[in-house]
Amino acid sequence: MVKDQEFLKSKASYCLDLAKKMGATDASVTVGHSISETVNFRNKSLEASDRSDGLALSIETYLGKRRSSISSSNLLDENIKTLIEKCFETTKITPEDEFNSLPDKNLLAKKISSLNLYDETRFENDKKIKYLNDLEESTSSNNQIINTESSFTENKSNFILANSDGFCDGYKTSSFTASCVAVAKDENSMERDYEFSSKRHLSDIKQATDLGNKAAKQTIRKLSPKKIGSEKISIIFDKRISKGMLSVFASAISASAIARGTSFLKDKIDEQVFANSINVIDKPDIIKGMGSQNFDSEGVNSNTLQLIENGILKNYFVDTYNGKKLNLKSNGRSGGTTNLYFEKGNITYEDLMKKNSRSLYITETIGHGSNIVTGDYSVGATGFLVEDGEFKYPVNEITIAGNFKDMFRNIILANDLEFEYSVNSPTMMIEGMTVAGK
Amino acid sequence: MSNFFNKSDLTRQDADKIVSETLNNCDDGELYLEESKSESILLDDNKIKRSNYSSDLGFGFRAISNEVVAYSYSNEISKDSLKNSSENLKSTLKSIKGTYNHEIPKSNKKFYEDINPIEQKTLDSKLEVLNKVNDFLRKKDGSVKQVTASFAGEQKSIEIIRSGGEALTDVRPLIRFNVSVMLEKNGRKETGVYGIGGRQSYDDYLKNDNWKNVCEEAFRIASVNLESKPAPAGEMKVVLGPGWPAILIHEAIGHGLEGDFNRKKTSAFHDLIGEKVASEGVTIIDDGTIDNRRGSLTIDDEGTPTERTVLIENGILKNFMQDRHNGRLMNTRSTGSGRRENYRHIVLPRMRNTMMLSGNQTQDEMIKSVDKGIFAVSFGGGQVDITSGKFVFNCTEAYEINNGKIGSPIKGATLIGDGPSILKEVSMVGNDMMLDPGIGTCGKAGQGVPVGVAQPSILIDKMTVGGTKL
Repeated sequence: MVKDQEFLKSKASYCLDLAKKMGATDASVTVGHSISETVNFRNKSLEASDRSDGLALSIETYLGKRRSSISSSNLLDENIKTLIEKCFETTKITPEDEFNSLPDKNLLAKKISSLNLYDETRFENDKKIKYLNDLEESTSSNNQIINTESSFTENKSNFILANSDGFCDGYKTSSFTASCVAVAKDENSMERDYEFSSKRHLSDIKQATDLGNKAAKQTIRKLSPKKIGSEKISIIFDKRISKGMLSVFASAISASAIARGTSFLKDKIDEQVFANSINVIDKPDIIKGMGSQNFDSEGVNSNTLQLIENGILKNYFVDTYNGKKLNLKSNGRSGGTTNLYFEKGNITYEDLMKKNSRSLYITETIGHGSNIVTGDYSVGATGFLVEDGEFKYPVNEITIAGNFKDMFRNIILANDLEFEYSVNSPTMMIEGMTVAGK
Repeated sequence: MSNFFNKSDLTRQDADKIVSETLNNCDDGELYLEESKSESILLDDNKIKRSNYSSDLGFGFRAISNEVVAYSYSNEISKDSLKNSSENLKSTLKSIKGTYNHEIPKSNKKFYEDINPIEQKTLDSKLEVLNKVNDFLRKKDGSVKQVTASFAGEQKSIEIIRSGGEALTDVRPLIRFNVSVMLEKNGRKETGVYGIGGRQSYDDYLKNDNWKNVCEEAFRIASVNLESKPAPAGEMKVVLGPGWPAILIHEAIGHGLEGDFNRKKTSAFHDLIGEKVASEGVTIIDDGTIDNRRGSLTIDDEGTPTERTVLIENGILKNFMQDRHNGRLMNTRSTGSGRRENYRHIVLPRMRNTMMLSGNQTQDEMIKSVDKGIFAVSFGGGQVDITSGKFVFNCTEAYEINNGKIGSPIKGATLIGDGPSILKEVSMVGNDMMLDPGIGTCGKAGQGVPVGVAQPSILIDKMTVGGTKL
């Protein structure tokens, strides 16, 4: 069983009291406990089981504008005492930084509403095994699948965040994740693809057979790929890639990147950065949402934020420290985004596919080719050549490249948005990108 | 050396007894105990932004029978906690019986000292170096707009207890020093990053004001990029510089030669042992035994002494890298390549220091032989799809080559190639093998481990460059 609030609260207040007693002017502490159980399957038989049970503690101590932190997994009182002593000793010799402080008291979350993020259902390992068996039966019933690997993870977590301004709150969360990786082979090639489902509640997880079948179909269609020539072409990004564009956008508008001057979106508030039709929203209070939260990692209340309104940049993601630097109030995004999404577009998936007589549909990218300082983008890609709205043949060993400044202004979104993950996007088209191939 | 048995009610005798009793009917397994102490100190935007110390303690208990691995970890080292883990392992393996393999090779060689680098340098003197870096770079040139510098240090103590009471221990120091600088000129911004590190004390790396060389190198890379033009798009010849660009070897073929992917036949290399996979003259090894290197280990995380494993010899594929589990299932032995990020993770076969050995040509000859192509000197990260064999890596410093001469610098671009065929495209191997500066971390299945790479300059006849200029 995951440790209860009372246990975590007692550890947190022990830490705060100790820090105060040693002379810290302020302190904040997070205590968490997490239990995970994973079962792995390969080719329809049990391959591994993995159980983890971990406590984690992190403390920040302040002496005026001096700050330092420690973290540990050892919650014995004696160890905590040694660590806080070390932390405070370090704080004393760390230089002052005028922007160091606990969050403003009036921004702290006050009312915690239930977002239904915890499902206490225990899914025993025997049931995980049954699920994975069903899943792999359906994956491997497809011809050409030569290897399947799947896993089911159940996680239960609890945490308390407390600070010396009196904030003390936390809550339990759960997640259930099923995934399948399939390998298919034909006389020309061997290919891999995957499918997964991750939810707060067990009952929302995809059916095993559906997940297994989808993984198989997505893999088999990649067999016997061709390399295409180098050209300018319209690119359609599958939802699992288009949501990655949002993650790049999010890191480019984090207050830390803006304050450091290392973002291509610095000083662009109230300017057009996306096409007119684009709206981007970060909504923390979606019931059962994978990214939902009552408050951020500093205890600051988080509300829905409209980042992009009709293509215009309206907000950054602001935490306390970088907010003070930029003269902005924290909007509860220390620790990042919550449930981030593009509002759906007004063209159907079918119409998007037919918009050009010839386009390239991307299902996977590899490499770390997003540079948020310059906006340059260049990654390896795998996908399909599309002609007249139909997949013609699979394509690989190519790269796609452009610059986000241009790409964002040329985005066209389909109307097929679904809330599956913590970051969600409809299918996306960007015209005029460069493909490097033969 | 950590004493794991003075922390709670768990005695060594208890641990031996629980381990032996749990693993009795298994093929393999061990209790892995780990204590790590680490620090990270960051200067950014003219200030000490972070100073963090962390300590971590825990165990991972593994039992293997046939192909099934049961694993359980906890950060509470106690009798109850170990018993719970034991029950958990037994319940997974209840219907599978094996015969315990007691054999584990011994060696008394050590590749680094038992030091704690964190305690060997005072916090004050670390802060002083970071501030000097900041002042030095900001005074150096008006175009310097941002400086980030950091220290990361760690001491990890491990003990492996096997059935029958055998115990193996190791103490591993690791440090890294990193500098990143952003320049702005005529409205353009570019970043340059450089770092150094390994398994010695901070001062072994920082002596003779060596921090200045790190700053100069980061500044030089950023300056080159300020002048960069859009990179070309398409297939062309590529000359790779020596040292760190060997992450091409790591991504293109290293991962594909790890035992697990080959046992499962999901690697594009699984049926190529004894086959020609590279041009003549190409020899690649994975070596855990080089003194003080980031990827070196005295023993791996299963207790096997590391070794110098020949992967490809003169173009022919010779060996895969194995941990005990995959080695046993493939009827071979561990190559001392069983590694894990920490006690929270299972052991996987991983690379250590992956190196292509020198040939006898010069970098000059390579460049002169190219009509149109690129010369890639430094890289960011890379990634590979093991199954299709396609891999990428990102240039952070590269130049055009026109008619045998190095031309303008080009913008960061991704290079993509096919692992099983790329080494056949190597037409020249340089005489200038160099080790990387000691900064690599390899990710696999969500676990990061420190690794090293090395290579001489090489000429690749055909590779796709992912620029924007057609």
